[in-house]
Amino acid sequence: MRSRTRPIPKADVSAPLSVRLTVNGRPRTIAVEPRTTLLDALRDMLALSGTKKGCDRGECGACTVHIDGRRVLSCMTLAAMQEGRRITTIEGLEDGGRLHPVQAAFVEHDGFQCGFCTSGQIMSGVAMIEEAKAGWPSAATADVARSLTLADLSNAEIRERMSGNLCRCACYPNIVEAIAEAATGRR
Amino acid sequence: MHRFALSRAGDAAMAIAAHARDPALAFIAGGTDLLGLMKDRAALPERLLDINGLPDMARIEAVPDGGLRIGALARMSDVAADVEVRRRFPVIAEALLFAASGQLRNMASIGGNILQRTRCPYFRDGDDLPCNKRRAGSGCAALRGLNRNHAIFGWSEACVATHASDVAVAFAALDAHVIVRGRSGERSIPFGDFHRLPGDTPQRDTALERGELIVAVEVPAQEAGRASHYLKVRDRQSYEFALVSAAAALATDGRRIRSARLALGGVAHKPWRLTAAETALRGASLDDVEALKSAIATSFADARPLAGNGFKVELARRVSLRALQSAGARA
Ligand SMILES: Cc1cc2nc3c(=O)[nH]c(=O)nc-3n(C[C@H](O)[C@H](O)[C@H](O)COP(=O)(O)OP(=O)(O)OC[C@H]3O[C@@H](n4cnc5c(N)ncnc54)[C@H](O)[C@@H]3O)c2cc1C
Ligand code: SF4
Ligand code: FES
Ligand code: FES
Repeated sequence: MRSRTRPIPKADVSAPLSVRLTVNGRPRTIAVEPRTTLLDALRDMLALSGTKKGCDRGECGACTVHIDGRRVLSCMTLAAMQEGRRITTIEGLEDGGRLHPVQAAFVEHDGFQCGFCTSGQIMSGVAMIEEAKAGWPSAATADVARSLTLADLSNAEIRERMSGNLCRCACYPNIVEAIAEAATGRR
Repeated sequence: MHRFALSRAGDAAMAIAAHARDPALAFIAGGTDLLGLMKDRAALPERLLDINGLPDMARIEAVPDGGLRIGALARMSDVAADVEVRRRFPVIAEALLFAASGQLRNMASIGGNILQRTRCPYFRDGDDLPCNKRRAGSGCAALRGLNRNHAIFGWSEACVATHASDVAVAFAALDAHVIVRGRSGERSIPFGDFHRLPGDTPQRDTALERGELIVAVEVPAQEAGRASHYLKVRDRQSYEFALVSAAAALATDGRRIRSARLALGGVAHKPWRLTAAETALRGASLDDVEALKSAIATSFADARPLAGNGFKVELARRVSLRALQSAGARA
């Protein structure tokens, strides 16, 4: 192994910080080191292991959760920066024992194989449908100046909007079908 | 990641003062570049100052004269979805939408985006290979190594890296300004002067000094804006950095070009403005492909490809042409 020549700086303060946040509807207070990512805090401190760690570099989407309703990568943000935020993970999606429509559509359309990417895919898909409802364009939108509706959510649009979630099992066609049905009822 | 301290900035003046006196302190906005660099040991700050709570820095304002003011903390996704941005400057919305992923765009700020560091793999390699950008004087592993993704314009023996931001290419084409606040007040840096060429000091990417905070990017009103387009060519269709990209904006009389703005991404240490081509394009007809090609060629006399990226020269010419034609279709 090559040597790491640069010294690791010693920080003067890296004492745990106390953070209050809401996770899946429940208020929580956690004590985290500044360097703890939101992903590690969810998995290791809050025992919410449904959120997966693939690359830990923002490159795969397996760690996708919602912060205040927006999809984000929990490996690329610090837990200590989430004071007062509302976090939703895959564990918080079901409603009184009933699957969220996107979860149900993934089961129906066989949108997974090994399942490692699946919670990230579903969290991404749920928020992506909201973005489309809000009229957000994508790189697959021919004319970004035009206003959009859910009816514009073609399969090409879904593929582009979901491109931040990789699937090593390549279940992409079924994932697109599942999301299309959940979003538009199109089968 | 190494251990570091984290605190929150409540007001800009205090954040600027803290940054000015502490060389081991870094601002953190979305964190999507900085945390990756820290995980790869290409940045080792001892203290992070979270600037996300600073007031009035996330606003996207459509200036009545037709320009835009985009707060440094505005998120890429919010800027791309903004109705006035889409209407006035489609090239900005497109450059943002062709970058990163939906999740990253929700996190990443405009200030952080234009400050993102190169994707040169030697720079981000945690094992400390020769890289002058990461450690001055250690050499450049890419110069004679894997350089397929590296520069064809403006590089030096010290560094052949490219700048990876997409929206910076659009900002460069539109003559935007970076509004920066320091201890002695604000200054406005023309976008073309914001990013540096590597020269002998590739460790510095931009003109930003210690103790300076980016507060906004301003895009001036201009006749070339609406007829604009961003074209990005990459190794896969989505969620990938550019091999070569182009931002084009046009003002026309019918099919005749009155003025053109053209900048390339993925080809240099900064967004690369094709000024010679812009001059040569004046008066050309959008329907005269040969005239467009030879106008573009005037900006390629000083192209210097590396051993691994000769293909980028022809690719960049074609991307320039296609971007101009697509902008023209909106005129
Ligand atoms: C997998 C992946 C794919 C990507 N693909 C693309 C792509 O295709 N195109 C593209 O353009 N980008 C791409 N990116 C880069 C991404 O857009 C940037 O990481 C992001 O824009 C950085 O913004 P941030 O707010 O997260 O910055 P941070 O990581 O918070 O900060 C970056 C730097 O800017 C400094 N900083 C931040 N804000 C300010 C301010 N207001 N004033 C002074 N200094 C400041 C910080 O100190 C730090 O040095 C990709 C990133 C990843 C991880
Ligand atoms: S091209 Fe620049 S960033 Fe890459 S190894 Fe050389 S000096 Fe480092
Ligand atoms: S684990 Fe976060 S993107 Fe891969
Ligand atoms: S189902 Fe295996 S990675 Fe997607």
